Amino acid sequence: MNTDMQASPQTMFTETEISKQKRWTENVMRIFFLVMTSLMILPLLLIVGYLLYKALPVLSLEFLFTNPKDNMRAGGLWAPFLGTIYLVVVSLLVSAPIGVFAAVYLNEYARESWFTRITNLAVVNLAGVPSIVHALFGVGAFVLFAGLGESILAASLTLAIMTLPVIIASTTEALKAVPMSFREACWNLGATRWQTIRRIVIPNSISGILTGVILQVSRAAGETAPIMFTGAVFYKNIAEGNLFAYNITEQCMALSLHLFTISTQVPDVTEGVPYGTAVVLVGSVLLVNAAAIVLRVYLRTRKKW
Amino acid sequence: MNILRKKSATNLPFSETAIELFIRLCGISSIIFVFGIFFFVFREGAGFLFNGLDLGQFLTSVEWQPTSLNNKRYGAFALIVGTFSVTTLAMCIAVPFGLGAAIFVSEFCSSKLRETFKIVIELLAAIPSVVWGFIGLTLMNQLIIKVFNAPIGLTMLNGSIMLALMSVPIIVSIAEDALKAVPDSYREAAEALGATRWQVVYRVLLPAAKNGLLAAVLLGAARSIGETMAVLMATGHSVNIPSGPLSWIRTLTATIAAELGEVARGDEHYQVLFIIGILLFTITFAVNLIADLVIKGIRQES
Repeated sequence: MNTDMQASPQTMFTETEISKQKRWTENVMRIFFLVMTSLMILPLLLIVGYLLYKALPVLSLEFLFTNPKDNMRAGGLWAPFLGTIYLVVVSLLVSAPIGVFAAVYLNEYARESWFTRITNLAVVNLAGVPSIVHALFGVGAFVLFAGLGESILAASLTLAIMTLPVIIASTTEALKAVPMSFREACWNLGATRWQTIRRIVIPNSISGILTGVILQVSRAAGETAPIMFTGAVFYKNIAEGNLFAYNITEQCMALSLHLFTISTQVPDVTEGVPYGTAVVLVGSVLLVNAAAIVLRVYLRTRKKW
Repeated sequence: MNILRKKSATNLPFSETAIELFIRLCGISSIIFVFGIFFFVFREGAGFLFNGLDLGQFLTSVEWQPTSLNNKRYGAFALIVGTFSVTTLAMCIAVPFGLGAAIFVSEFCSSKLRETFKIVIELLAAIPSVVWGFIGLTLMNQLIIKVFNAPIGLTMLNGSIMLALMSVPIIVSIAEDALKAVPDSYREAAEALGATRWQVVYRVLLPAAKNGLLAAVLLGAARSIGETMAVLMATGHSVNIPSGPLSWIRTLTATIAAELGEVARGDEHYQVLFIIGILLFTITFAVNLIADLVIKGIRQES
């Protein structure tokens, strides 16, 4: 907004009583709203700081690469960490193509009509469905109806559907940013719609699409409720250091569920372990998000049009 | 190139037709999934919903005794009250801060500061709900015990603060969009008449953007209603009609999360949990629909 209103008036005018009062209320309001906004930043710093401080005694590389032991009262995070990676990767493989193509449909194919309106409404509502209802859906559809049982596959599919709107929303935004003239130029050369999309639209919006995919990863990694009854398990012993220790038709541990378990269900957990788990979970999620932000900022600086 | 091919779309090569079909299928997938969610949740709960469950008792009784041996009761009233009271309190905390921050970010701050704030808000939104629950369980629990001298800090207030922090990012981003959608000519006209920035906000922008702000609050509330892990861990999780912010409560979402693992499939109790799921789905669907209509309303006006 314009800041010239603050330009000091003394050089030209003598300040009247009214303009003095106006300047004063203006400053008070500005500070008031600044404080309101800062009060939201404070919790973020406070929480991350508090978790880090409490987790310091246990944090080490070994913590990440050893299994929980002693009935989850001590030990590291290998099994839950690997489980979360499995869930995220499998859900990404499902939701990324569907989400990207759904956005392509909404932005490149669909015309303005009542049907498009309903599709958009469905995306909004899909994003608004509570996570625990997604869990019930996962149980009803994948675990029982499709007969997948409680498995990584069932949990990942549930996560994939839940995180679909994230990808659709950011891909739509990325596609919209590609100027119409690019498409028109391509059509005029005789290219079909799909050729235009594949050669022009998607290459020009790929970084925006990637941002959406990254955000999907962060969202899927943090969710607890949808995987609780569809594939994540309280405890499972797997080989340390083996990246292929899980089978996708079996259950796995997950970081988020592990944090819930050791902070509410297991008595006498070693002091720093739940904090360490929380730090690893928040740390990975924030790191992934930071990557998306960096990508977006970088993009903006080198935009070609 | 073949001229005929340009004339009709049916002469496209097979791969092109196939990929178009696939894209169209993906396009309508959201509709399929929304219906699928309703269908499969309904399917598991339908048997008991139409045959056996006393719906009046379900909606009005406070007796939630699904595991009692000879006196099973499925009264979800306390759970419904729990969900709405914790959400209301959360909104009382989140709305002033959320709208205040949105006003600051869109009207009072430089563009560099705005980018920074937006990044922080985005990071705040990314913190998983189970971590909020854990913070409620540890930090906020001790804080409430100390500040209010309460015997236990896992209360409605605790859950509300966590929900407020979780829904503030949604409120800020949607409210900011709504404020940005007000044409600059409104601001210029008001400033030309000698209004201060605050007067512009209070007299011009807030009335002009009220629909968008309402939608922001509604979507924030929908998020709070659907939140599971944070309220499960932070509110004390016991069936109770709350008498104040320091009493413990239990919500619809938390009940499903806590009990679904312990019931046998097809059991009455199991089906009741799915009926709660239908109730939740309906509530959030309605709130989202209203918010969407409110937003569409402004778009048509401007």
